[in-house]
Amino acid sequence: METKSKSLSFWLLTAFFVLFVLFLYSPMIAVFILSFQGPTGGMTFPLRGLSLHWFTDLFTSSRYGDLGGAFQRSILLSLLAMLVTVVVSFFAGLGFRRRFWGSGALFYLAIIALVMPGILTGLGIGTIFQTLGLRTNWLVSGLGAHLSWTLPFGLLIMFAVLNRFNGAWEEAARDAGARPVQVLGMVTLPIVFPGLIAVALFGLTLSYDEYPRSLLTVGTRNTLPIHVANLTANVTTPALYAIGTLTTFLSLIVIAGAFGTISLAARKRR
Amino acid sequence: MNRNRAAQVLATPMAALLIAFAGAPLVMVVALSFWSFDGLEYHPDFTLANYVEVFSSAVTWTIFLNTVKYAAITWVLTLLIGFTVAYYLVFHVRVLKVQIGLFLLCTIPFWTSTVIRMIGWVPFLGKEGLFNNALIATGAIDRPLEFLLFSDFAVILTYVNLFTLFMLAPIFNSMAKIDRNVVEAALDAGASPAQILRDVIIPLSRTGIALGSIFVLTLVMGDFFIVRVMSGGQSTSVVSAMKNNIDQLYYPQAAAMAVLLIAVVLILVSVILRVVDVRSELAK
Repeated sequence: METKSKSLSFWLLTAFFVLFVLFLYSPMIAVFILSFQGPTGGMTFPLRGLSLHWFTDLFTSSRYGDLGGAFQRSILLSLLAMLVTVVVSFFAGLGFRRRFWGSGALFYLAIIALVMPGILTGLGIGTIFQTLGLRTNWLVSGLGAHLSWTLPFGLLIMFAVLNRFNGAWEEAARDAGARPVQVLGMVTLPIVFPGLIAVALFGLTLSYDEYPRSLLTVGTRNTLPIHVANLTANVTTPALYAIGTLTTFLSLIVIAGAFGTISLAARKRR
Repeated sequence: MNRNRAAQVLATPMAALLIAFAGAPLVMVVALSFWSFDGLEYHPDFTLANYVEVFSSAVTWTIFLNTVKYAAITWVLTLLIGFTVAYYLVFHVRVLKVQIGLFLLCTIPFWTSTVIRMIGWVPFLGKEGLFNNALIATGAIDRPLEFLLFSDFAVILTYVNLFTLFMLAPIFNSMAKIDRNVVEAALDAGASPAQILRDVIIPLSRTGIALGSIFVLTLVMGDFFIVRVMSGGQSTSVVSAMKNNIDQLYYPQAAAMAVLLIAVVLILVSVILRVVDVRSELAK
């Protein structure tokens, strides 16, 4: 493989990759830098001094509405969505290892849920609630709307995870006299655990960041993405970037935690 | 038989939730498209008036065409970029740890707020943004380019920025599963790199390409927020037009347009799924 043309293509592709990463990260970097804009600075470069002005403004000014409340609701909602997604996708994934009556239909329903424009899912759920005389509420209709998005992802990830799972391990445990619950808890679960963390991570972040499905289903109390999207229309100061830096920072902590758990679990098993 | 029944029970919660929050809403939207609207309220009914209105309006076809244009351009760009990056990571980065590390580097932005990453383009594209300032500094232009922000260019740039990962990840996943011996065998048999790419790597990455295409096409066709903000309200997509209808409580009209859009999306997806059997490929 060490011919001259090979190495040329290697460097060209490396350059392409570096450019791609720069392209991917530049909006985030710009947001990060500009959130420390001085009090007189604007939404674009240059920086007019460095300050924490816009961060303190977020916490002291009432201009930004109920930012804290929106954040709390989003965190709670995404944790709930994560829990339900992990449990439901895990069992559904186990079920899908066999072809059962309706498995094809369920697979296509999951695909439909995945490809349906989010705002339409929201419109449908909102109208159903209205027709039934119920009020849309972030914990009921909102959670349901998020699940219509996180569950298909969870199922697809479980397909990929169980794909590498050898059924003989369970057979061996059964032959050795394990009860079904023991097989599940002592063989199946530990082996697919890293995959479940991945499902959890997807469930959490997809729900936390969900905007179109939330719009018509959360009722009168907004979640964070809706709140931030509304702010983009009204706020024209670097405070917007300060919100961005804070939420990005929180997301990164969550991912670091998730990957930490995966690598801990992997080390334990060795 | 007994085991199949058990499998069915395991999948029941998934089925129940998806029927309640995806199947039923879809049925509701379809039903809503036949309801009547008297200018103030909408009522359960069976009328084709909404469809007549949607189909007879020239605006409908313009915005459908516009949406298809966005989807097609974004699809081509994300496919080219995603495939190239995946190819580089899988076949040019030899150390597995480095490969996974670089892949994770690409996925990190995905976990952060979409709205914020979209806003992050403003300091680059604005009239006094970095691109214009840099171009003026090098003397390439003497007046700031107006088309950078609030234009189709900005919309597609944002789509590519946000959605390439949805193409990259599945393609990376299926490429990583390709047996190296197959590639070696092709090399030994005298295949050129281009032949290996065309006859070995692309066919064996088809599941990833199919999944990625489904993600990107449906994300673009379902978007209304990016097109609204990044075009500065100048361009309309199907869903952003629908969103305007919804804001004015013209739910039935919005639903009629939605049914049309869902039909287009489902036809696209089923064509892709017909070409590549994603389910059995995933279960391989």
